[in-house]
Amino acid sequence: MNELWFALILCVSSMVAGLLGALSGLGGGVVIVPLLTIAFHVDIHYAIGASLVSVIATSSGAAAAYVREGFSNIRVGMFLEIATTLGALFGAWLTTRIPTHAIGIVFGVVLLYSAWASLKQRHGAVTENPDPLALRLKLKGTLPEDDEIRTYVAQRIPAGFGLMTLAGALSGLLGIGSGAVKVLAMDQAMRLPFKVSTTTSNFMIGVTAAASAGLYWRSGYMAPSLVMPVMLGVLIGSLMGSRLLVKAEVRTLKRVFSLVIVALGVEMIVSSLTRK
Amino acid sequence: MQWTDKRIETLVGIMLRTGVTIAATVVLAGGVLFLAQNRGPRANFHQFHGEPPQLLSLSGIAHGVATGDARSIIMLGILLLIATPVARVGMCILGFAEERDKLYAAISSFVMAILLYSLIFHK
Repeated sequence: MNELWFALILCVSSMVAGLLGALSGLGGGVVIVPLLTIAFHVDIHYAIGASLVSVIATSSGAAAAYVREGFSNIRVGMFLEIATTLGALFGAWLTTRIPTHAIGIVFGVVLLYSAWASLKQRHGAVTENPDPLALRLKLKGTLPEDDEIRTYVAQRIPAGFGLMTLAGALSGLLGIGSGAVKVLAMDQAMRLPFKVSTTTSNFMIGVTAAASAGLYWRSGYMAPSLVMPVMLGVLIGSLMGSRLLVKAEVRTLKRVFSLVIVALGVEMIVSSLTRK
Repeated sequence: MQWTDKRIETLVGIMLRTGVTIAATVVLAGGVLFLAQNRGPRANFHQFHGEPPQLLSLSGIAHGVATGDARSIIMLGILLLIATPVARVGMCILGFAEERDKLYAAISSFVMAILLYSLIFHK
């Protein structure tokens, strides 16, 4: 296989990954690493380098659309980015030190969790007594709902902050956006409205990923001829996906994609365990 | 015009989109050049062997871009992409400062410090 064919096949596969990722809401990044390591036998370090770049591209590319919707909360995002960027620094440092099969196993577990989280019924936001810390930090906002303006205040800040540190560490360790854990932190722990959680999470993914990008770059994880087709493919696919999202019936697709992710997760765990 | 959260968000959205468009164009240009120059068997990514040192420093990449090296041009595009969310945080610092929100100007500056540390010093 010469360079041109390799690049074309990679670009088309990444496009499909980006498209499915956008349609299912799981993000294209989560399947790029298994795709590269299982189907193309790429070393996991190069794979997470290419994946991280794609994650920054899709997060930034989708941001304009999210801003138009007006649900994202920049204060909540910025405050929690302290946790995700510090976590990402630690995760990226860990990647350069732990053995390859350990990265593979953690990756498999995160894939299984993401699939489970995407299918689970989500919580409705429960109004509890306003958290004084949240009020001091201005972690509140409003959103339109059924012709009226609803006010929300974040709950359980320490739990949310802790989960965000974990999300950042997983992002830095595995080169993914870890949107599933970010949404868990905001939706479940901090009880923010679901739409606020998902759109703010998208905003945060790019900044979180940028925090580990420097170390990935200087450690030689970013191979230009591999990153190029993957990044462009995922970007095109996810932009197409967000256009289609309005029309498409996503329920069945979400189930199918979750099954694919479960299969990839099991495969990563098994192959990591047998290869060592 | 009055600075509001909504205005910061709109500017940030435009900036992110512009950044990603420029970065993707540079990567694509480098990619086309790379594929035009390399027609032989592809590089092997089965084993990790890192990247050559000239692609791991700003000066090396700048030199490569000046001499028309395709890999350096792709790397320049990747670095532009990484710079986009960093610029986003920078814009939030300015926006919060304009809103006279000292707390959030400080929080944004702290996030910026972490990003700059990781991009410049962290090893």
